[in-house]
Formats: sequence, C-alpha cells, structure tokens
Amino acid sequence: MGLLDYFRTARKSSAAVAKERLQILVSHDRIDIDKPSYLPKMQKELIAVIRKYVDIDQDAVSIRLEQKGNREILELNVVLPD
Amino acid sequence: MARIIVVTSGKGGVGKTTTSASIAMGLAKKGHRSAVIDFDVGLRNLDLIMGCERRVVYDFVNVINGEANLNQALIRDRRSDNLYVLPASQTRDKLALTQEGVGRVFEELSEDFDYIVCDSPAGIEHGATMAMYFADDAIVVTNPEIASVRDSDRMLGILASKSRRAENNEEPIREYLLLSRYSPERVEQGEMLHVEDVQEILALELLGVVPESKTVLTASNSGIPVILDQEGDAGKAYRDAVERYLGEELPHRFIEVQKKGLFGRLFGG
Repeated sequence: MGLLDYFRTARKSSAAVAKERLQILVSHDRIDIDKPSYLPKMQKELIAVIRKYVDIDQDAVSIRLEQKGNREILELNVVLPD
Repeated sequence: MARIIVVTSGKGGVGKTTTSASIAMGLAKKGHRSAVIDFDVGLRNLDLIMGCERRVVYDFVNVINGEANLNQALIRDRRSDNLYVLPASQTRDKLALTQEGVGRVFEELSEDFDYIVCDSPAGIEHGATMAMYFADDAIVVTNPEIASVRDSDRMLGILASKSRRAENNEEPIREYLLLSRYSPERVEQGEMLHVEDVQEILALELLGVVPESKTVLTASNSGIPVILDQEGDAGKAYRDAVERYLGEELPHRFIEVQKKGLFGRLFGG
C-alpha cells in the first residue's frame, strides 16, 4: 500500500495538469480580448520608425499589454540584428 | 420589474437547459412568478425538458413578429401556477430574434413576472448574445473540464462587454458559477478539477455544485425538471442553488466523497 502510494504521487495528477494548462490559457485569452484595438497599428508604425534607423525583420518587434492590479504595463521587445 | 437571468456557458452539453428548467421551477415553487424562455432558435429543447412539447402552438418568434400575442404563446406549467414556458421557434431564421423584438417581449413580461430565465444556446452567435443582452444576472454553467472552463471564461468577457448594462455603463451583470456533473470521487483521485480550482480560475461566486447523477437523465426522459426529484442529489443541489440565489446562505453539499459506513462497504450501498 505504502509503496503503491509512493508511485502514485510521483506523477502529477491529470487534474493538476489541467489546472496549470487552464491558468496559462485563460490569461492568454484574456489578454487577447482586452487588447485595445490600436495595438496592431501601433506595432506596425513602431516597426516603420525603427526601420528608419536599423534594418529589422517584421517579427522582430513584439508588443504586449499586461494588467497588474490597477497598473497597465506596455512591454515592447525589439530584437536588433547582430 | 422582472429580474432577467441568463443561463449561459459557451460550450454545449454542459447542462444549460437542465439548469434553466430547474432554476425557473425552483423560483416558481418559492412563490415567484417566473417565465423561462428558450433562445435556441432552430434547436428547441426546453419544451422537452419541461415536458410541454405537445402543447406548443405559438413560439417566441411568432410573438416577436406579431403573429401571436404573448398570452397565446406562453405555456402554463401543470405543476406550478407560477411558471410559464416560452418555446423557441423550430424552423425560422435565427436572425428573427431582433434586439428590439426581444426587448419588447421582456418589457411585456416584466409587467406580470418576477423572474425571466433565459436559456441560452451554446456558442457566441446571435441567439446567445440576444439571450444575454438584457440580463441582470448570469448563471454560468460549467463542467469541471478544461474546454468548458475555458469557454465559460470567454463568456464572462462577453458578458462584461456586450450587454445592455455594459453599454449603458450601469452596474455590471451579477455573475454566478454553477458547477455541474461534479464527481467528488474523481476529484479525490486527482482525475477531475476541484471546485476550488475552477472558482480560482473563473473568480465567480459559487451558486451551487450539482453532482454527476443518474436522476438528471431519468428526469429529462420524463420531462420533469430535475429540481422536482426529491430523492436524488441533483434535485437537492438545484434546490440549494435557488435558495442561495434568493439570498439564503447555505453550506455547499456534494463536494466531499460520501463516506460509506461499514455496512455500506460490505454490501455496496
């Protein structure tokens, strides 16, 4: 019995896996819904501005809006070429 | 003024119609004049669950189009004088439910009823958005299963943005979680999400936990809202949920595994 229990708890339960997946999924879904509609356009314009100075790819700029409490964080990530 | 309750979920097959029928019947049995409306145009089923399918003459769309008046279309329940059913249309175009038309029907119902329960179709299409638009309260029916929880979360986003209350900057819709098809045994085995996990993800007030129960199917087989089943756990869970909705504070039942006594274990109770 004790030995069996040991093997049983060694693997994470499928319910725990489900919860973990859901937490990630739901937070992503929520970001997509709450996304202000100007984000894609802003991303395009930012790429255009940066391209004036540095030659970057279309997907080298990622933009994310995160909500933490009552603070919104705009995260801009630009990958510059080597 | 009637209070408008939408029963919604996003995902299909989680128990929206079962819940609509039982909540409406429970409110009626508590003495409140209640109407329950099927918004699933083209796939009407509420009449079957309520056991009044052979008494349907006119439907919701007939009323909206002015082909029948409300009193002709409403079917009085034979088990409660306080309960009326408004069936969905079976054949017409879904877009027949116009916002203006639905609003007019609600206004007329509001004069006579205390509660209007809207049984939403699955999905986020026209019928579902019409069912939720005028709502004051929402009961989000969820199964402890990832697809259902995710869809419920999406639904909450839509409730918060695409309702009359949201558009008019009024107090938001009151949202409740009703977790159905719950199996404490499987939760204990780590095979099913715990009610607290679902609550943590959706962040909703828990209206009730309806355990997986044979009586739900047997009740629907005979066209009896399961809340009228006195013996089974599902009926008890729905009666608790109605009491909680009406402001009663009750401890949640059917969350823990029912421990069998020695006798039960020996003879498999």
